Amino acid sequence: MSSNSLAVDKSGNLPSYLIDEGKRKGILAWLLSTDHKRIGIMYMIALLSFFAVGVTLGFLIRLELLTPQGTIVNPQAYNEFFTLHGVIMIFIVVVPAIPSIFGNFFLPIMLGAKDVAFPRLNLLSWYLYVVGSIMILLSIVLPGGAADTGWTFYIPYSVRTGTNMIFTLTAVFILGFSSILTGVNFLTTIHRLRAPGMGWFKMPLFAWSLYATGWIQVLATPIVGITLLLVIIERVFGVGLFDPTLGGDPILFQHMFWMYSHPAVYIIIVPAMGVISEIIPVFSRRTIFGYKFIAFSSIGIAVFGSLVWAHHMFAVGMSNNAEFVFSLLTFLVAIPSAIKVFNWTATLYKGSIELEPPMLYALAFIFLFSIGGLTGIIQGALNVDIYLTDTYFIVGHIHYVVFGGTGIGIFAALHYWLPKMFGRMYNKKVAKVAFWIIFVGFNILYFPFLILGWLGMPRRSYHYLPRFQVYHVIATVGSWILVLGLIIMFFNLLKSIRSGKVVTEKNIWGGESLEWQTQTPPITENFVDIPVVNEAPYEYKQNEEEFLEKEEVL
Amino acid sequence: MSAENQASVHVHRDDVATKMGMWFFLFSELLLFGGLFLMYSVYRYTHQHDFHIAAEGMNIFLGTANTIILLTSSLTMALAITAMQKGKKILSLSLQIITFLFGLAFLVNKFFEWSAEFREGNYPGSPILTAKPSGQILYYGLYYTMVGLHGVHVIAGMTVIAFMIRFTIKGIITKDNYVKLEAAGLYWHLVDIIWIFLFPLFYLIT
Repeated sequence: MSSNSLAVDKSGNLPSYLIDEGKRKGILAWLLSTDHKRIGIMYMIALLSFFAVGVTLGFLIRLELLTPQGTIVNPQAYNEFFTLHGVIMIFIVVVPAIPSIFGNFFLPIMLGAKDVAFPRLNLLSWYLYVVGSIMILLSIVLPGGAADTGWTFYIPYSVRTGTNMIFTLTAVFILGFSSILTGVNFLTTIHRLRAPGMGWFKMPLFAWSLYATGWIQVLATPIVGITLLLVIIERVFGVGLFDPTLGGDPILFQHMFWMYSHPAVYIIIVPAMGVISEIIPVFSRRTIFGYKFIAFSSIGIAVFGSLVWAHHMFAVGMSNNAEFVFSLLTFLVAIPSAIKVFNWTATLYKGSIELEPPMLYALAFIFLFSIGGLTGIIQGALNVDIYLTDTYFIVGHIHYVVFGGTGIGIFAALHYWLPKMFGRMYNKKVAKVAFWIIFVGFNILYFPFLILGWLGMPRRSYHYLPRFQVYHVIATVGSWILVLGLIIMFFNLLKSIRSGKVVTEKNIWGGESLEWQTQTPPITENFVDIPVVNEAPYEYKQNEEEFLEKEEVL
Repeated sequence: MSAENQASVHVHRDDVATKMGMWFFLFSELLLFGGLFLMYSVYRYTHQHDFHIAAEGMNIFLGTANTIILLTSSLTMALAITAMQKGKKILSLSLQIITFLFGLAFLVNKFFEWSAEFREGNYPGSPILTAKPSGQILYYGLYYTMVGLHGVHVIAGMTVIAFMIRFTIKGIITKDNYVKLEAAGLYWHLVDIIWIFLFPLFYLIT
C-alpha cells in the first residue's frame, strides 16, 4: 500500500476500495486482490453472468414446451438444456451466491473486521469457482455434448451416457471445493474476528445465517464430492461400486447424493433468510422479534436439514420404517423455518414500514418462500409423495423455494447493499416497477407448475399430452414477463453503478449494523479504527424512546 | 492516522485462527472419507462372506510395514514441531525431511503391493476379478478407491511438507512463528489416522 494512494480527499474521506488499488494496477488490482470487497465484486460479476446463461436456458426450455411436440430443439438438446439449467443455477448460482457475493463483502464489515480470516484462501476459492464454471462451459462446446442426465446425475445413466459427464462432474467437484474453503474461511472469521464487545448474540443475524451455512458447507459438501468422484471412477475404471451387474447398489448413490444435496438446499436458503432478517427490521424501524430464535433456528435448520435427505427417495423402494422416520423429520424441519417466518411477520407488526425496493423483495420472499415451504410439506407426507414424485409439482416447489426464496433474496440483497458497495443509488421507481413485473411473471410462470404436477404431468418430459398445453402456454407467457422484469431490474442496477446518483452518506437506509457506520463506498480495510460494539444489533432509536418512556412510567 | 500506521496495522497474524481453519478443513476431509466408510459398511454388511475371503488375499506384511512407517512419520512430524518450538532449526529440518521420506517409503510400498495385486489379476475390469463373486469385486473396488484416495492425500501431505522444508530453510518458519508447520502437522496426522482405520478394515478383519 503506497502512502499517496491513501491520501485524504477534499471532503476528508479516505479513498474507497474501488479507487485504492494497492500494490497492483488496473485489472491485476482486481484479479490478484485479496481484499474481501474486491473478491465479492468479482464473484458478483462471474455469478450474475452465469445467472444470465441459466435464465436463457430456462427461457428456451419454456419456449420448447409451448407445444406438446417438438417446438424449437430436438429431444437430446432439450435434455442437455434442462441439465445445464439445473447445474448452472444450483451449483454455480444459488449455492455460492449470497455467501460469496454478500458474505464476502459484508461479513467482515458487519463483524467489525478488516478482512476475512484467510484472505488469500478467499482468492483461491474464487479461482476454483471460476475454473469449475469454465469446465461447465467446456462441457458444452467440446465434442460429445453437455451432460444430459439432469442435475442429479442419477446412476446408472450418468455412467452410460456418452456426453461430457466427466467435465460436468469434475466441475461440480471443484465448485464444491471452493464452497468448502469459503465455509472454512467464514467459520474461522466469525469465531476469531468479531470486533471488541461483539459477543455471539450481538452479531447481526446475517452473520448467524452464514455461520450455520458454513457448517453445512464444511460437513455436507465433501459427501457429494466423494460421490461424484466415485461416478467419475465408475466411468473411467468401471470399478462397479454403483453397478448392479457387479454387485453395486445404484440406490446407494441416491442416498449419498441427497445426503449432500438436501443440506445444500439449506446452504441455498439460510443465507437468504439472513438477508431478509437484516432488511425487515431496517424498513420496519423495529428491533427484530425473537433474535435468539432466529439465530438458533438457523442452526436448527442446519442440524435437522442434514437428517432428511431420503425424502427425495420415497418412491425408490426403501424400508417402510425408514420412510416413516424421514417423513417425520421432514415435517420437523418445517418448524425452524416457520419460526423465522412468524418472527419476521411479528417484526412487521406495529412497525413503521417503508416500502423501499429491498423491502418489497423481502416481503415477496416471505410470500413465495411460504408457498415453497408449504408445497414441500405436502410432499413430505408419504402417500401424497408417491403420487407427486417426479411430476411438475416438485419442479414448481423447487422454483418457489430456490428462485422465490434465494433468487428473490439475492435481488433483495442487491437492492439493499448495492448502493453501499458502489456509492451510487439506482432509480427507485424503475426498481419498484421491475419488482412488480418480476413478482407477477414469477407466479404466472411457476404456479401452473403446481397444477400441472397435481394433474400428473411428469417432469423433464419433452413430449406431453395435449390436455396439459394450456398450463404450459400460461407458464411460457409467464417466463416472458419474468425475463422482461429481470432485464429491467438488471439494466436499472447496472445503470446505477455507471451513472446513478452519487451517495456519500454512510447510513443509506437507517440500518444499525456496522456496515452502515463505514464510509460509502467502504475504504480499504473497512474501518479507520476498529469499532467497539456495546449494544445488540437492531436497536432502533424509536424503540429506545418507547423504552425510556416505559421506564419513566414504571 | 498516518499512512505508515495504517500499513503497520495491515500485518495481521492469528495463530489460533490458522489452526482453527485447519481443523474445520480436517472435518471436511473426514466427511469426504466418511462417505467411503459408509459404503464400506453397507457392502460389508450385505456381502460378509465375500469380504472375508477377499480380505484373506491381502498382503498383511506390506500393510503392517506401511502402518509402522506412517505412525513413525507422525512421530517425526510431531518431533519436528517441538524441535522448532525449542529453536533447533537443523534438527527440525532433518525431522521434516525424514517425515517426507517416510511418506515416500509408504508410496513405494504401496506401488509394490498394487503391482502384485495387478499381476494376480485383481484389478477392476480384469477377467479374473470379474469372474469372482460380486462381493469380492466390491471389496477390491473399495480397496482401490479408498486406499487410492488415501494415497492422493499422502502425496498432498508430502507436498505440504516439502513447502514446510522450503519455508524452514528460507527462515519463514521460525522459533516464534511455527504455526504453518503445526497446521501441516495436523494435516499429516489426518493422513495417518485415516490409514489407521483403513488398515484393520482391509487387512486385519478377515
